[in-house]
Amino acid sequence: MESQELPYVLVDCIGGRLGVYEDHLGFLKKHFHLITMKEYLENKTLLSKKIRAIYVWYHKPAINEELLQSLPNLKVVASSGVGIDHLDLKLISSYGVKVSNTPFIVSTDTADMGMALMLASSRRLVEGHEMAVSPDTEYFPADWLGVEVSGATLGILGMGKIGYKVAERAKAFEMKILYHNRNQRKKEEESAVGAVYCKKMDDLLQQSDFVLLAVTLTPQTHKLIGKRELELMKPTATLINISRGLIVDQDALVEALQNKVIKAAALDVTYPEPLPRDHPLLKLKNVIITPHIGSATKKTRWVMMEEMVESIEAGLAGLPIPHEVLP
Amino acid sequence: MRISGRARGGTGAFPTGGDPTGERAGTGWQGHRRPSLQLPQDRAEECASFEETSPGQCFVVIAQVMAEGELPAVLILDIGGTHGILEDIAALLKKHFHLITMKEFLGNKEEMRKKIQSVYVFECRPTIDRELLESLPNLKVIANSGVGVDHLDLKMISSFGVKVTNTPHAVADPTADIGMALMLASARRLVEGCHIALSPGTKYFAVDWLGVEVTRATLGIIGMGSIGYKVAQRARAFNMRILYHNRNRRRKEEEEAVGAHYCAKMEDLLQQSDFVMLVVNLTPETHKLIGKKELGLMKPTATLINISRGAVIDQDALVEALQNKVIRAAALDVTYPEPLPRDHPLLHLNNIIITPHIGTATVHATRMMAEEAIANMLAVLNDQPIPSEVFPK
Repeated sequence: MESQELPYVLVDCIGGRLGVYEDHLGFLKKHFHLITMKEYLENKTLLSKKIRAIYVWYHKPAINEELLQSLPNLKVVASSGVGIDHLDLKLISSYGVKVSNTPFIVSTDTADMGMALMLASSRRLVEGHEMAVSPDTEYFPADWLGVEVSGATLGILGMGKIGYKVAERAKAFEMKILYHNRNQRKKEEESAVGAVYCKKMDDLLQQSDFVLLAVTLTPQTHKLIGKRELELMKPTATLINISRGLIVDQDALVEALQNKVIKAAALDVTYPEPLPRDHPLLKLKNVIITPHIGSATKKTRWVMMEEMVESIEAGLAGLPIPHEVLP
Repeated sequence: MRISGRARGGTGAFPTGGDPTGERAGTGWQGHRRPSLQLPQDRAEECASFEETSPGQCFVVIAQVMAEGELPAVLILDIGGTHGILEDIAALLKKHFHLITMKEFLGNKEEMRKKIQSVYVFECRPTIDRELLESLPNLKVIANSGVGVDHLDLKMISSFGVKVTNTPHAVADPTADIGMALMLASARRLVEGCHIALSPGTKYFAVDWLGVEVTRATLGIIGMGSIGYKVAQRARAFNMRILYHNRNRRRKEEEEAVGAHYCAKMEDLLQQSDFVMLVVNLTPETHKLIGKKELGLMKPTATLINISRGAVIDQDALVEALQNKVIRAAALDVTYPEPLPRDHPLLHLNNIIITPHIGTATVHATRMMAEEAIANMLAVLNDQPIPSEVFPK
């Protein structure tokens, strides 16, 4: 098939630290004629009518009104990952453009990351590694202790696909599992993981040794965890965030950690990412931060790419889009 | 007459405080074998005919003696400080025993040596050598805190008629947890990622920065004892394919409960695993179990995790394998020695995580190990079945 017949799809850039992966190109180019943002801006007149889909890889390119207005034949915006808080769904929809994400494939890696953070934080793994390799270390002190995960109480806020997979994993550590969700899960689902529903989030906060955030970012969940919620938590509790930075009131979190209102935090997400280099969260001893790597494995990113291709092709063919996100 | 501390025998006043071992009921001291009681020299004169007095009369005198004299004496390295036992562990031990530190012992050997009936070994200290054993004629038991006893010469200790006990139950959960923590941290490059997130030079997060999957990967467990089995239970929840190699095959029901497949040949496990976890005892047979050959058999994408003992791995071979990317990465809670010398090549590799032997370093586990050791010591001293005795081969 000649490349002119393949649909024109806009991407931000290819390769480098932020672009579409070089090793995905072979597959992508079998399905699409890729146009980078740079190429588009250099040749707007010719290309603007040809572009029928945008491949949003890690939030780039940004979809604003200007871009939507200049692409009259745009049909689909495919976004990588599950979160779509970076897209104005109403705005995009007003141009008759459909949006897709990749909700399922990220769930196991993200659940794994949640468990990794919980275990690393409780056992002081990062600190421990630093001690083990530090040039100043002469001996390992006997009074250096962490806390156990096995048998502790885990409170999951947000029991969607990711939250549920966290529960499945935590059960094997004989953790007591509490959860809070917009909707209660079916009884069989609850019993399969031994999860107890807390209608009131406050109850979960008060009883948990580990509080794990696995919610979508929406206007309702923005700053869901603030000063009040942190104070409800046990002083021995750890907060783990694998959803979005904005779910937590970061200033309140800094204060809570400084004053030992809670024991520790482990965050795969912050707002913004990265944090400014002088941000107090970076200086606290009882914080682990990872650079938003919840779904950062080779396999998962490959499947994400395949799913995005699938969604774009379905949308362009006028067929139902797998993983469509409605406004 | 001031009576304090634990009463000897079933008569007289009883101590305050908890008595979880049932000693208050008299099951402890009323055994047919009375623990020997050596009074300090000056006190002995107060009770010149000590040997002839009845237990009841003796009790009255003993009550005037320091309370510690009534409890069996246990030798420890120290309380607090860099290598001593923790204060709250000391408090637990003091409910049942009179603690003598190495310093006190060495400062007053003649008086102390006959008193000591047990040594409580915490993090391999104090060292049990022939000289120490020869100097403690009434030593009955060496109670180790922790399950590994590779630091103890079991044959030599046995030749003195002294028993050795360990704490296999207390260590299993927290050690299995650390194994999982290391596997996840290594696979997802958690330590590296944290450094990037915190580094003053970081301006953006690269999107092509990837780790490897744990879910649905293959985990090969070498050593399927209590700890190895608990690792398998946890790994199963991550949908991992579980292979294991062990001296003895587990029962079918046990295998099925965790979905584990037995590899009679360790080589088969090494070749198929994405993660290889070492959970064996250190014995002459397992010394350098993983060497150049074994590392060469592993996948180049595989990760080696060690939660057993440093000497199970040929460390030089490991350095080479990591430098030449023969394997992807390693995550070690144990090395030989601990800590490693500061110029050791393992410390300067970027595909390694090392933790300072923290497999049981939790508040809960430390307490559980002490309680298990206390139960072992009391059983030996009271001639009762010993929960966790370790025998020389």
